[in-house]
Amino acid sequence: MAKTKTRDRMNNEINAGSMADIAFLLLIFFLVTTTIAEDKGILVKLPPWSDEEPDITKLKERNVFSVLVNAQNDLLVRDEPMKIGRLREAAKEFIRNPQRLENMSEAPNKAIISLKNDRGTEYDTYLAVYNELKGAYDELWETEAQKRYGTPYSEDMPFAQRKAIKTEIPMVLSEAEPTNFGEEDN
Amino acid sequence: MAKFSKKRGKASPKVSTASLPDIIFMLLFFFMMVTVLRDSTLKVAVNTPEATQLTKLEEKSLVNYIYIGRPTIQYRDLYGTAPRIQLGDKISIVDDIPLFLEQHKVKLPEAKRTQITSSLRVDGEVTMGIVQDVKTKLRKSNQLKINYSAGSRSGKLEN
Repeated sequence: MAKTKTRDRMNNEINAGSMADIAFLLLIFFLVTTTIAEDKGILVKLPPWSDEEPDITKLKERNVFSVLVNAQNDLLVRDEPMKIGRLREAAKEFIRNPQRLENMSEAPNKAIISLKNDRGTEYDTYLAVYNELKGAYDELWETEAQKRYGTPYSEDMPFAQRKAIKTEIPMVLSEAEPTNFGEEDN
Repeated sequence: MAKFSKKRGKASPKVSTASLPDIIFMLLFFFMMVTVLRDSTLKVAVNTPEATQLTKLEEKSLVNYIYIGRPTIQYRDLYGTAPRIQLGDKISIVDDIPLFLEQHKVKLPEAKRTQITSSLRVDGEVTMGIVQDVKTKLRKSNQLKINYSAGSRSGKLEN
């Protein structure tokens, strides 16, 4: 009699066998509803709004790398037509100007990229152009980081090092108010 | 021989499943953490372009999304086929953007409000006119950190 009593007390636990099933059920629910959609994109800092027209007369023409995109998605880079595939190399050469040519930037920190598009330009093309110009700077920073510190350029670099590279080659990309010649679809 | 089988008979043949719930719970918590319940259904078709110089957006709570694209088939009767802006759940116009940004902003602690990013999810075939209007409005509302949402591309551009 005494023996059975103790046994009863021992078996007073809640059966946890179904715990796994419950957890599975929840797990499957979350598996189904989950979208591990990480958002990636090109981060851009817009200039603050001002009503005054920016004054560009002070700039020397040799320091400005002008990129125009029209409504037919064609590029005009420094008054010459160009394919998007060549844009990155052209921009890199312009900024660095390794041969110290007269018609390219005086120094990397004086180079300015001016981007102007039309209201009829496709967003696809616009982003591709922006991507190439950003890519040009990313590659220049990468080579500079390798040359100076022997490490690849990344956000994990010491802040001082990154700042040194960015003062040497600052990214100056100015976007002009777009023209309105092309067909805008409505 | 007899000795051998004896030993085998003594050892318990079952694998203990007592830790199974714990393992499942661990997985469960992982998925609960990474889950973002879809909050807005898209009324515009957005097929973002591809690019290579991408940055990952870290904190989801600091991001608000602006969709631009053509209305999907079931909304064409209502909104037409021209590219439209979608903020949250509604098709909107450019002038609704400041209110939308403000509504997102008040939900966040004050210290983090400067880190808000607006992610523009724009269809590749939309023309820049509407995108430019949105950009101008964002600048006027002093929302300067933006992100052009894009997929990653591995191939090269044609020369």
